[in-house]
Parts: sequence; structure tokens; C-alpha cells
Amino acid sequence: MGNLIAANEFCVYHDVEYNFINSLNEAGLVEITVVDQTTYIPESELQKLERMIRLHNELEINIAGIDAISHLLQRLEAMQEEINKLRNRLRMAE
Amino acid sequence: MAFIDYYQILGIDKKASEKEIKNAYRKLARKYHPDLNPNDAEANKKFQQLNEANEVLSDPEKRKKYDQYGENWQHGAEYEEQMRRQNQSRQQNPFTGGGGQSAGFEGFDDGGGSDFSDFFRSMFGGGGGGRSGRQAKYRGQDFNAELHLNLREAAETHKQTLAVNGKNIRITIPAGVENGQTIKITGHGGPGANNGPAGDLYITFLIADDPNFKRDGSDLYHTVKLDLYTAILGGEVTVDTLTSKVKIKVKPETQNGTKVKLKGKGLPVYKKADQAGDLYITYDVQVPVNLTEKQKALFTELASLNKGES
Repeated sequence: MGNLIAANEFCVYHDVEYNFINSLNEAGLVEITVVDQTTYIPESELQKLERMIRLHNELEINIAGIDAISHLLQRLEAMQEEINKLRNRLRMAE
Repeated sequence: MAFIDYYQILGIDKKASEKEIKNAYRKLARKYHPDLNPNDAEANKKFQQLNEANEVLSDPEKRKKYDQYGENWQHGAEYEEQMRRQNQSRQQNPFTGGGGQSAGFEGFDDGGGSDFSDFFRSMFGGGGGGRSGRQAKYRGQDFNAELHLNLREAAETHKQTLAVNGKNIRITIPAGVENGQTIKITGHGGPGANNGPAGDLYITFLIADDPNFKRDGSDLYHTVKLDLYTAILGGEVTVDTLTSKVKIKVKPETQNGTKVKLKGKGLPVYKKADQAGDLYITYDVQVPVNLTEKQKALFTELASLNKGES
């Protein structure tokens, strides 16, 4: 397991309520870990979690919306990768 | 420095209420937010403009100043400066009285966010961090950069220093990086507004075509000229790989266009240092030219032999 960040420190830093992170966890959107009754966020989840917080705070998107957006972004990323591969293959054939 | 019509940016009327401004901002921010438009520099720019427009129009004081001076905002700034000087001289001269009451506008603190336009800074000071309380934190702008590599550079893991907005960033470019591939360097984009987090730096690798090798993922393709005699009789040929030369055996009666695979002589697989693609050699058999009389005679003989056999 990689580095862990204490959830309460994360909440203070980002000015976000722990309930929000807990709801994201319950929706299966982010992983959290409990060690000795303290909740931690794995470092590998940080980037994803910070993006969800921005979507929530800056765009007022609820958890269902964040879930939908996360799926679409994953698909977008996979499609962009595929387009890039095809472009390079096309370049080879030219 | 051009005048920026913040109302036009938000697509609202000059008489728009606070609620209408907020709604217009939210709607457009959902469309252009950097998290929803990864690697889209145009959307990023648009989002910064929206933030700037919202910063001014959602603040009654700033909106008032903006509305008052509108397109003549430059003169407004001159007027303000003049008044400031007058106040200073009043304060310095004990006989004129009047005290330090500003007749102009209160300045806005420089919040350190530098993603706002020159127009904004000229009119309101810094990056919009003066007021406390209801202002939202905004993540800094994402930066996009392109890094040009040749195929040989892409074949080796190496470190490279990039200058981004006056700062040097040293990055490791893993071997096997693809043309058009983008990597993200977290936190090296523009600074956030109102203590928001910094944006990210996206680097897109552009790998130039190589005159000798074509690439498909981690496999390489290379065409080698083969003289007719070696093609017919077999022998050895020295071919270039990306990093060295290798000798390969040519089977007798090798046909033009025959492909030979050199296992593991392609490019390293991205982030899998112990794996590499293959190099495919295609033979391009060369028909001899400028034949001597003797050669012609021998080929004629061969041709007649061939006719005799068929």
C-alpha cells in the first residue's frame, strides 16, 4: 500500500466536510482506509478525489453527477488513447 | 490592452440580477471547466475568462466600477490615480487639511492569482483576492506544452529540463513514449485564485518521423536494400537497428518484399523497461543496372536455361 493521508487533515486543507468524502466512498467513487480507528485516504486516490471536490464545489455537481462524469471521463480518456494509436498507425501507412 | 465585455462573456444583459449572473456563470463553467475538458487549451482559456467575468460582476463594488467606466475604463484609472495623488499631497501638507479620505476607489489586494487578464489587473489590481468571505477558491489554469523528440530520444529514458513560466522543471521522459501522448505534471500549472490549488502542466510529446524507421507502438519497421545476387544465392547483410548494427543471414532465393523479424530490437515498451518491441526488416531486392557485356551474356544464358526448363 502506498502513502496514506489522514482524512481529517485532507478535509481541513480542502475545506470540505468529511461527510462528503464518506458519501463518495459509499458510492464507490473513492477508496478510504481505516487504520487504528483513524480514516485515511490512499495517495493514489488523491488526484481523483480532488477533482471530485472541485466538481462539487465549483460546479455544484452532486454525487450522482460526479459518478456519471467520472465514467464519461474514463471513456473519453480511453477513446483519446485509441485515436492517438490509430493516428500513429495511419502515419506509418502514409 | 483591449476592453473586455464581461457581460458578453457570460452572455447576459447589463441589467442582469445577481442570480442571473450566478446562473449564467454556473452554466458556462459546467461547459468549460478544465476537469471536464482535459487537454483542451481553448476550453481552459474560456474558463479563465468566465472566472474573471464572474469575479467582477458578482461583486457589487467591482461591478459598479466596471459599469461606471465601461469602455473608458482606462480614463477611469487615470482619474483614480489623479485623485490618489491629490489625497497624498493633502495628507503631506498640514495646511490643506482634508485627511486621508479617498475620493477614488478602494484598491483591491493582489491575491497572487495571475490568471486574470491585463485588463482586469489594470482596473482592479491583482488577481482578485481582495475580498474575503464569499469568494470561491479556484484552481489555477492548466498549462499545455509540447515537447519535440526524435525517435532515438524516445527510445531512451532520459531527463530533460523544461522552462515553464520562468521556472525550470526537470522531468523524466520514460522510454517508449508515443507520438501524441500527454503526461500530466501535477501542480505545475498556473497558481490558483483565492488560495485555490495550482493547475497542472500537460506535456504532449511530438515525435518526428524517422527517415529509416517507421513505428507502430513498440515495433519498428525498416526497409533494407538487398542486391540481387545475395537474394538469389543467400548470404549475409548488415542492417541498422535503432541503436546499433546487426548482421543477419539471408536465405537463398529470398523474394522481394520478404519480411524478417528481429525480436526485441524495436522500441522499449512504455514504462516496462525489461520489454521491447520487434524490428521488422523488409527486403527491397535491387535489380542490377549498367550491366557489362559479360553480365548480359550470362543473364541471357540464364534466361535460356530457364526457358529450357519450363
